[in-house]
Amino acid sequence: MSSSRRASDAVVQSASTRSGLNPARTRLDNGLVLLAKRTSTTPAVAINLAIRAGSASDPAGRPGLTWLLSRVIDRGTATRSAADIAEELDSRGITLTIAVTRHLFSLVCTCLADDVEPVLALLADIVMAPSLPDAEIATRKGEVITAIRQDDDNPAVRATEALMALLYPNDHPYGRRTKGSIGIVESLAREELRRQHAERFAPVELSAVVVGDVDPERAGDLVSRVFGGWHTPSAPPLPLAPAGRASGRRRVVLPMMNKSQADIAYGFVAARRRDPDYYACWLMNNVFGQYSLGGRLGDSIRERQGMAYYVSSTLDANVVEGPLAIRAGVSPANVDRAVASIDREVAAIVADGITQKELDDSRRFLVGSIPRALETNAAIANFLQTAEFFGLGLDYDVRLPDLLGAVTLDEANAAARRILDVDRATVVIAGPYQD
Amino acid sequence: MRRTTLDNGLTVLIQEEHTAPLASVWCWYRVGSKDERPGLTGVSHWCEHMNFKGTENIPRDQVKGIIEQYGGSWNGYTWIDQTTYLETATRDALDRMLFIESERMARCLYHPDDVESERTVIISELQGGENDPDQLLDQELTATAFKAHTYRHPTIGWLSDLQTMTRDDLYGYYRRYYVPNNATLVIVGDVDTDDALTRVERHFGGIEPGAAPSRVRTPEPEQTGERRLVIRKQGTTAYLKVGYHAPALTGADFYPLLILDAVLTGAKGLNLWSSFRVPPPQRSARLYRALVERGLASAVYGSLMPTEDPFLYTISATATERMPLAAVEAALIEELDRVVHDGITDAELKKAKAQLRARLVFDTDSVTNIAHQLGYFETIGSVDLFVAAPPRIADVEADAVNAAARRVFAASNRTIGWFDPLPAK
Repeated sequence: MSSSRRASDAVVQSASTRSGLNPARTRLDNGLVLLAKRTSTTPAVAINLAIRAGSASDPAGRPGLTWLLSRVIDRGTATRSAADIAEELDSRGITLTIAVTRHLFSLVCTCLADDVEPVLALLADIVMAPSLPDAEIATRKGEVITAIRQDDDNPAVRATEALMALLYPNDHPYGRRTKGSIGIVESLAREELRRQHAERFAPVELSAVVVGDVDPERAGDLVSRVFGGWHTPSAPPLPLAPAGRASGRRRVVLPMMNKSQADIAYGFVAARRRDPDYYACWLMNNVFGQYSLGGRLGDSIRERQGMAYYVSSTLDANVVEGPLAIRAGVSPANVDRAVASIDREVAAIVADGITQKELDDSRRFLVGSIPRALETNAAIANFLQTAEFFGLGLDYDVRLPDLLGAVTLDEANAAARRILDVDRATVVIAGPYQD
Repeated sequence: MRRTTLDNGLTVLIQEEHTAPLASVWCWYRVGSKDERPGLTGVSHWCEHMNFKGTENIPRDQVKGIIEQYGGSWNGYTWIDQTTYLETATRDALDRMLFIESERMARCLYHPDDVESERTVIISELQGGENDPDQLLDQELTATAFKAHTYRHPTIGWLSDLQTMTRDDLYGYYRRYYVPNNATLVIVGDVDTDDALTRVERHFGGIEPGAAPSRVRTPEPEQTGERRLVIRKQGTTAYLKVGYHAPALTGADFYPLLILDAVLTGAKGLNLWSSFRVPPPQRSARLYRALVERGLASAVYGSLMPTEDPFLYTISATATERMPLAAVEAALIEELDRVVHDGITDAELKKAKAQLRARLVFDTDSVTNIAHQLGYFETIGSVDLFVAAPPRIADVEADAVNAAARRVFAASNRTIGWFDPLPAK
């Protein structure tokens, strides 16, 4: 697993000569990193706490453990009952969202600026001292099992999960269902949750981002006050195997004859976020399946052929090679035609490449969209958190236009050739369709 | 915020926001699925799709790229009262955004090939919705709760109408409703109001007004008895929905009911575009405690939307695995009966107001969201109603909430829907 920690940054780094977001970054003595940025659009503050303890840290054979922990962690602490926490959040109009990705366990909320101090204290208590009551575990297990059953009846989820399992076999963390299976969820014990928290949650694993109508220095004081006394050892290293490319084409059909529409998931193992050609991959994918209404794929499958309400491709570059996944929802009668069209678009971009105009259009769009992407407090906080996790630097928003600008047509086309290959595509179809 | 009406009847709302170098333009039309007659259900939404297909001065293959050059996004949506289109991009795109919206208002093409291509896209959209049991139940509940008002049919339309509608049906509908005197143009962002207004005049001033569009007007008669429906279809999860006829935005009970919804399921705010993407703060809400905390449901949600005519207040619950829907329904109705009988507490009123106050702040965090709210309220009533919302909420008293609970939560005013899944074959 890559690390985004850097040495010798014990004091606030500030680059006042730059424009851009220019966040203040502090590392507390216990290793916790704080990023703070003042905005004054609304009298509100977005808080984003990310711990490097995502679903990839589930122990072998126990997928779903981290997900269940995320459902229970805010249901009681050493000093607060679940009802106390509910009251503290609800009385301030706050929705606390706890998200689990492959690598991060995140607590995210927006509060009024007047409430930032008590809210940070509450979040710190939840992160550091969850009590994980048995009754709460039982109730949340019921919710998770219901959610898994809903996923089982959702062709889009079934297609995507099956694609990931095929692209990342042999119990690779990227191939597992984040929620786990019903059998495993039912068997998870409180002690496993407690151990997972004890092992994985540590100040050196946490980055706190505070964006909004609060002075960065005050944000630093508040974070230091609530987290400064937290001392636990860092988490053990988490080896993560690189992901291999498929050796041939695979096609799996999951018949769901009670449904009206079929979902197609078509993908490849693609790229790491720190790959030298990441920006070439990003631009290539934007041309291929993002630009305007789904890029080339949208032009062909939705606009010219009228076959799908949605079609697009997503590049999820990650610590190890993440996927490039094409997704489409089509009438069952059009499944074969839609897959053939995707094949044609894949073959065309590999054989002929994209044009200079396509590259320039996508580049202009992505660079131009930066102010829009960084308009809200929550969006800025998320951007800073991502930059911190991947070690992209405090000035990443300022450098990003140049990074995109440096990609040549040859590099974008080389990225297409490296990732895309009709003969090594993995194709999953879920819905009212049978071979 | 400046409100202006051009000579051709176009309402223009401009608000300067200089927090980011962005501008958001929305063009709203007072036409939605409630304006549709039998045989043409879904025509408003299909017109929305057709209005992205090129105009006299924007060739079909150049539609995409205009706003993208400025890093912008564009979209549109149709619902029961309204159809709207938006672009948000860097401020230097303002003129291009106004050009696109003026073209959309007056000069769309409706090429027959595009009509046929879009027919299958929309049918695919409908089928995607049918894949979701919760959405299917919502559609059937609404159709059961209304027997006269055109709110009863789904905005996407009935499949048979989508299969038979013609190009002339669509084009005729477009020409009737897409006139400046039936529209509101909203601009919010890093703009100068006088300069923006000059540009609006240049792009829209020459568009001729049309006749006042005809309206389908059949008020829903008072419901006189509880209605029920049960969908039995293969699935994995059971869903419950209970819908009550509810006041329109201008109804006296609207804000008391908004408070009541916050007490029952947590406050959502008033922004259809953004509020509903973030779950409400609801852990201490009555129905959350009665259903989710007791393990009967994995989720509960209340929905009260600002609408032009009286619509529905709907409470939805997802039953936990193996939990009978009858048990979920009984617990839900028991809680509603309790609030009808005992009313809400002062502490609940205070908390609900605090939640709504926060949500209204959170919902205005971008030029896109601000512009949406101005246009939405102007289209279903008046922008003044948006400005007045915070004090109206602050003025609600517990007695008004309790009176609204007694009026709305009568058994004879409700429709109960079950999605009762059949096991896999």
